[in-house]
Amino acid sequence: MTDEIPAIDSASGTGVPIRGNDIDTDQIIPARFMKVVTFDGLGEFAFFDKRYDEHDDPKDHPMNEPHFQEASIMVVNANFGCGSSREHAPQALMRWGIDAIIGESFAEIFAGNCLALGIPTVTADHDTIVELQDWVDENPGADIDVDVENETVTYDEKTVDVTVDDAQRKALTEGVWDTTALMKSNADAVQDTADSLPYVDG
Amino acid sequence: MSEGTLYDKVWEEHTVSELPTGQTQLFCGLHLIHEVTSPQAFGMLQERDLEVAYPERTHATVDHIVPTSDQSRPFQDDAAEEMMSELEQNVRDAGINFSDPTSGDQGIVHVIGPEQGLTQPGMTIVCGDSHTSTHGAFGALAFGIGTSQIRDVLATQTVAMEKKKVRKIEVTGELGPGVEAKDVVLEIIRRLGTEGGVGYVYEYAGEAIENLDMEGRMSICNMSIEGGARAGYVNPDETTYEWLKQTDYFQENPEKFDELKPYWESIRSDADAEYDDVVTIDGSELEPVVTWGTTPGQGVGITEPIPAPEDLPEEKQDTARMSQEHMGVEPGETMEGYEIDVAFLGSCTNARMPDLRRAAEVVKGRQVADSVRAMVVPGSQRVKAAAEAEGLDEVFKEAGFEWREAGCSMCLGMNEDQLEGDEASASSSNRNFIGRQGSKDGKTVLMNPRMVAAAAVTGHVTDVRDLKEVTEA
Repeated sequence: MTDEIPAIDSASGTGVPIRGNDIDTDQIIPARFMKVVTFDGLGEFAFFDKRYDEHDDPKDHPMNEPHFQEASIMVVNANFGCGSSREHAPQALMRWGIDAIIGESFAEIFAGNCLALGIPTVTADHDTIVELQDWVDENPGADIDVDVENETVTYDEKTVDVTVDDAQRKALTEGVWDTTALMKSNADAVQDTADSLPYVDG
Repeated sequence: MSEGTLYDKVWEEHTVSELPTGQTQLFCGLHLIHEVTSPQAFGMLQERDLEVAYPERTHATVDHIVPTSDQSRPFQDDAAEEMMSELEQNVRDAGINFSDPTSGDQGIVHVIGPEQGLTQPGMTIVCGDSHTSTHGAFGALAFGIGTSQIRDVLATQTVAMEKKKVRKIEVTGELGPGVEAKDVVLEIIRRLGTEGGVGYVYEYAGEAIENLDMEGRMSICNMSIEGGARAGYVNPDETTYEWLKQTDYFQENPEKFDELKPYWESIRSDADAEYDDVVTIDGSELEPVVTWGTTPGQGVGITEPIPAPEDLPEEKQDTARMSQEHMGVEPGETMEGYEIDVAFLGSCTNARMPDLRRAAEVVKGRQVADSVRAMVVPGSQRVKAAAEAEGLDEVFKEAGFEWREAGCSMCLGMNEDQLEGDEASASSSNRNFIGRQGSKDGKTVLMNPRMVAAAAVTGHVTDVRDLKEVTEA
């Protein structure tokens, strides 16, 4: 691989609020859309069953609102992305246009999958999130700036503190969130570890 | 921070390096793959011109999309056939062992790993599936990964991970009659919450856990992720070793058993190990647990009233209201009597031999209720064959159950086995999320396999302990 991995210090754009705790990855991308061998084209199926009824007619959902179509910052509540490990979930959100997610908390595998795609998942307390969600509803065309390095979110001319997991912050800001090449460069050490394990045949 | 636990020791043994991010590069002893989350990873390798580094440490099967009725090729569903063909091509090109349907070894990835002896104590085990935590039952450190991490594992046999905290969950006492491992784990998730385990690995211990067979331990570890914990484990003991002896690997390599046993013993948590948190649950007080809502944490004892949302912690109230509306249940009532349309006995949680045996005992001499569509989907081809050798298939078929081929099936509705419309299911699976079983208006009630059998014959959620003995005519 020759491509340089970009450092991601920040993300900016308009927001879209997705309310509710425990939003699982089956909601983010229903399993029937995973019968594909690539991630291409998953964007249109993000939150499909929340956005469309049984006749595929649009329902009330922020992602169906014309004024949220350009949004790139998703604002969510607690335990977002719980359930299945399917990377199809953040892939679908990314392909819909999401560059960063601000929430009360995230399920672990989901946050890891986001990191592997260079999508920051930053957290703040319940009141901060609810205030931001309400503001986004009122100001769908206004920018939110997520500063990963300094762990802040700026909107409406004010700056609030958020938390970015240490490893995530370093990985994003130092451009090492895609770990394949980095870990490949340790091939000798990998072999040494393998050799040291009693269950690995030499 | 924890010290001297199995987690600390296995982590240490598998550490390759510290990455600049502060994460650990961890060697993966076993990598399991299936058709849904791996094809994109192989695609990424190809784009980067990388080879599979340790093909002998990856093992493949097909489970998510495989039909459980007619498995002849090509599959009737074109999309399923394409995924199957892609997997066949990928494993052939890379030289990866594949338990495919013609081998007699195919099945749900978390059933076949243990039964073939691929899963061993003190290993690190990864798979692009959140229920990889199942393998922790053997004292392995096992966790689900995403597709980009599958790419990493294929290319390097390592993953980048942050070390977690360890919570010991001690289940004391003896489980009452009719109370199973599934009830224990549903109770744990109910008490600690669906996000209570985020940032933790769970160590399951205590008399009630030690007395479980390996299949019961697998059911518990399997659902660690439903409680937010990416991994859960039980320290290996004689029960573990006896099970391992019967597996292919140790049947074929009996000398390995004695060779590896000291290692297995060495990675057990020390008696004076330090934990970041300890939770104790009295197992003797438990009763069969069923879910009333749309997250696995929304469980209730079968004789207990469904909670009113306003009696729950504030952050749980909105979800509870929405869940109760979706399920059509009322606070104050019990789940007993909740009508079901489908009974699903299957999944990586509860589709192993002892699960089927216990359910068959309930079914024997009874008939599936007229209004119920009931199916048994064995966890693997071997489980299916073993069950048929014992005549369990006849018991289920005579009662009116469908007896199907191995796969994930209605646990997640990726093949033709799905709920329709607003059907309600009694399910031995692990997730009751809205839409999970294939219909967005479908309703799922999670429960143990004997409770599924009881619901199938009565047509509604039933306390299996109340079913009267069937007397021979």
